[in-house]
Amino acid sequence: MKIVVDLNQCDLHGLCVEAAPEVFEIGDDGQLHLLNETPDQSLRAKVEKAVRECPTGAISIVE
Amino acid sequence: MLRRIAIVGASLAGLRAAETLRARGFDGELTLIGDEPHRPYDRPPLSKQVLQGTQEPEQTFFRRKDGYDALALDMRLGVRATSLDLHTKRLALADGTFSDYDRLIIATGARPRTLPGIAPRTGLLVLRGLDDAVALKQELMNAPRVAIVGAGFIGLEVAASCRARGLHVTVIEALPVPLLPILAPALCDMVAAMHRDHGVDLRTGCIVTDIIGESRVNSLVLSDGSQINADVIVVGIGVIPNTEWLDSSGLTLDNGIVCDGSGQAAPGVYAAGDVARVANQWHGDSPRIEHWTNAVEQAVHAAENALAGTGASASFSSVPYFWSDQYDRKIQFVGDARRHEEMVIVDGSVADRRLTALFRRGDRLMACLAVNQPRALIKYRKLLAECVSWEAALTA
Repeated sequence: MKIVVDLNQCDLHGLCVEAAPEVFEIGDDGQLHLLNETPDQSLRAKVEKAVRECPTGAISIVE
Repeated sequence: MLRRIAIVGASLAGLRAAETLRARGFDGELTLIGDEPHRPYDRPPLSKQVLQGTQEPEQTFFRRKDGYDALALDMRLGVRATSLDLHTKRLALADGTFSDYDRLIIATGARPRTLPGIAPRTGLLVLRGLDDAVALKQELMNAPRVAIVGAGFIGLEVAASCRARGLHVTVIEALPVPLLPILAPALCDMVAAMHRDHGVDLRTGCIVTDIIGESRVNSLVLSDGSQINADVIVVGIGVIPNTEWLDSSGLTLDNGIVCDGSGQAAPGVYAAGDVARVANQWHGDSPRIEHWTNAVEQAVHAAENALAGTGASASFSSVPYFWSDQYDRKIQFVGDARRHEEMVIVDGSVADRRLTALFRRGDRLMACLAVNQPRALIKYRKLLAECVSWEAALTA
């Protein structure tokens, strides 16, 4: 599982941080950071939740 | 035997329900019925990017990486569901056809309230759907003066978008300050000042008593006796849940479809989104919530429970979240500040229009408002979900 975030689309709602804190973080710089671009399959459900709850559709899972 | 699932309502909740059903392995017939002719689209950009012209209306359609084919939907667009028979498990549609189901998910949303006693006419608009946005944007091309009735979030976003287009904007609000029912007065004042600083003529504490202009709007008469000239009038005074088609169904309707914690309104029948009142553990109540994230969460919940079947219900617990973009401010709100007893600004200030405010009821943290402070919102959203005490929230 590989994750891509379109930072131009990201609107910093932070719902992904709540869904999958192992993978997403908003840093001190006020930007979204991908902590792990290729998370383990065990995190798939959490990442899928982040994808469907992102209000701007900024997150994609590219297999 | 679960062979056929019907979803009524082809907006965000309907789409997320369909996606969830397929993702969880449902491979039977899946029908998606929508009264608008459009495939599912996203509403938040309509009052902002679309009106401001930074996003074309067609860019609001939900993009699906694998297209709609992968969902294998029987999409029936532009046709309204007119009635539901719970005994025969059959929906009647406006085109005279029927749709039979084993499970049903209702996500028919809500529609804007209109001004009581005011007849429709050219130049008098609401904003809810894509067609509304296209019509309003078209009207704004030749409308130097816009009046907006209602200083709720939709009205205030339209006001900000109209100011971005350089239009003359008047906002009329019945309450003494905008957003009073959901925020604290000091924060309402801040929102009012922000709009006035951006050139909005904000008239509070008065209502519209008449609209002048027969074939097309010309001006409004207010309860304080003043008259406001307007080429376009946008009414944003709340919404009504779309439940009339269910009046004879036997479902419990009371400002929406009343559901248990599984999202179930009757055996095999679920509801989600703006039309639903799902028992919410976090609230200890069954509120009707009109937010984007609520539509997603309830749709996923309903779809999962529809597959699990009657009796396999999970309870629903969700902290309401919404946001609003006005000028250069991102306003984010999580929780429920109605009936709050205290509001404390824990970071930033009203003067800066950049702040984090917390709301207390009893000894519990009930809500957080963040203006241009997205990280703070994430922190307090987590604490709200954990139902922390006020004391714990203040020292977090």
